[in-house]
Amino acid sequence: MPPSEWNVLDFEKPIADLDTQIAEIRRLTMERGEDRSDDIIALEQDRDRLLQEIFSNLKTWDRVLLARHPKRPYTLDYVRIMFDDYTELSGDRLFADDHAMIGGIATLEGRQVMFVGQQKGRDLKDRQYRNFGSAKPEGYRKALRLMKLAEKFKRPVICLVDTPAADCSVGSEERGISEAIARNLMEMSTLETPVICVVLGEGGSGGALGIAVADRVLMLEHAVYSVIPPESCAAILWRDPTKQKEMAEALKITSTDALKLGVIDDIIPEPPGGAHRNVDLAARNVKNALIKHIDELAKLKTTKLLDERYKKFRGMGVYQESTEE
Amino acid sequence: MAPAPWFGLKGKAARKTARQSVDALPDGLWTKCPKCNEILFNKELDKNLRVCSKCSYHYKLGAWERIEITVDDGTFVEADAKLTAINPLGFPEYDTKIAKGRLMSKLNEAIITGTGEVGGIEIALAVADFRFMGGSMGGVVGEKFVRIVEHAIEKNLPVITFTTSGGARMQEGILSLMQMAKTTAACARLHKAGLPYIVIFTDPTTAGVHASYASVGDVIFAEPGALVGFAGARVAQQAGVVHRPDNFQTSEFQLEHGMIDRIVPRKDMKSTLIKMLQFCGCEEKSDAA
Repeated sequence: MPPSEWNVLDFEKPIADLDTQIAEIRRLTMERGEDRSDDIIALEQDRDRLLQEIFSNLKTWDRVLLARHPKRPYTLDYVRIMFDDYTELSGDRLFADDHAMIGGIATLEGRQVMFVGQQKGRDLKDRQYRNFGSAKPEGYRKALRLMKLAEKFKRPVICLVDTPAADCSVGSEERGISEAIARNLMEMSTLETPVICVVLGEGGSGGALGIAVADRVLMLEHAVYSVIPPESCAAILWRDPTKQKEMAEALKITSTDALKLGVIDDIIPEPPGGAHRNVDLAARNVKNALIKHIDELAKLKTTKLLDERYKKFRGMGVYQESTEE
Repeated sequence: MAPAPWFGLKGKAARKTARQSVDALPDGLWTKCPKCNEILFNKELDKNLRVCSKCSYHYKLGAWERIEITVDDGTFVEADAKLTAINPLGFPEYDTKIAKGRLMSKLNEAIITGTGEVGGIEIALAVADFRFMGGSMGGVVGEKFVRIVEHAIEKNLPVITFTTSGGARMQEGILSLMQMAKTTAACARLHKAGLPYIVIFTDPTTAGVHASYASVGDVIFAEPGALVGFAGARVAQQAGVVHRPDNFQTSEFQLEHGMIDRIVPRKDMKSTLIKMLQFCGCEEKSDAA
């Protein structure tokens, strides 16, 4: 399939151009039977060098765009590749089934696990169906119900985060979106089974944290995790939403920042050029990280697991304590 | 001092002139009610716990004022007063904002914690103050809250918290988001210890605070007319939510939708808290012990 001209970010353009050239030569090779594999190899080497160069100099805002990339693999793309088997379970038993928050029982190389995560939509119709990946109270309550189910049968929980924010419509306020998130934070902090979270794309504020109180929090290399979207923050603090680029830098939202600040435990590398250039490899990397951490956590006794989870979040944040009067 | 412009006028005319001129009055004797425009004599307003005598609009209270009308005289002992913020991200203008917040609130941070007695019952208390950077929750607020909750668990005390906050402190970035998890995890421990946790929403309680430790109380009260909700108007507008009902995100709205237990006027707050604490099995501290 030739690389599409659509959905190419500005800084990806030179790469996309080379991709198009390579595809063109391949097509000609097929049509005319000329052997131009040398040209292809040379071009591919050029492209890879370019990828390396561009991606080692990414600005924070470029990473935001990558995390929101329309071609970026979404939660179900990972689910499909990572799990041997997946059976979706639905509903919060209170109000409705939320399509932005999905979950179910899955097998990860022979390990029985519970999976929950936000799902974004690919095309217009699908996006509406998934509410742009913004879960409502019933979504958080469904996630909690499934996590409680996992706790009952001592199965580890895998949370895959990819959401711009929690839904803030009138209906969500009416049904207590704050309460739903707060309850998840509280219940997850004492859930008696291992919990592992991976921020796949956008880790949007409370909407992300609502399923991210975990023993291990991991991030994909080009994912972002932020207390507020940079453009909203610029609008509120600087009264100028067009300063989103500067704000993205100031907010320190990349995976390397989060690791430095002690908010996440590890970064999962992405294929050159980002997860969307090689979904299989990206999913394999996530899978390997999940297996590693699940097996590590499985060795811990529940009391130790919970103590460490508490200590982990207890230790986050900075302050100074002066002793003088 | 020149006589006030309404001096000598009677009835309606006097009030009308006074209303027009109150903003110009320099000495802070009078306050205009933002809801009904009534001109209120400050001393009377203070006596009425800063509630408008005409329309019962509840003015915002500073943390110390709140403690004064809630805790028994002379029993409050402040904890961790010396925790102060640092700028973990090197965020532009954060240091000046902290300095401004200190100046406006005369506090070190946006929350005061400590222990005291309410109706003779020993309690742990956390009271937020909106004047310090909108009561926003950063590292200090999170740490002080967790410390007082842990202290309560250790000493077997109930916890009462008066919330007011615009949410997480954006200037501390992702670390402020983590305060939501941190404070709520402490609440989980409090619940496991079987201790009462009473939350009172005051104007305004929103976003990161509303979606964390504020919403997991055993009981949740709210002051009348307080703004209480998840997403601020500006954030919601950016997300494309345009039509919002009239009483949207008020205490009354939250009561109607089953999100809080009761709206309690300021003058009844202390007696209500005592009743609730007694139900939870808290007893008056005996002086003999």
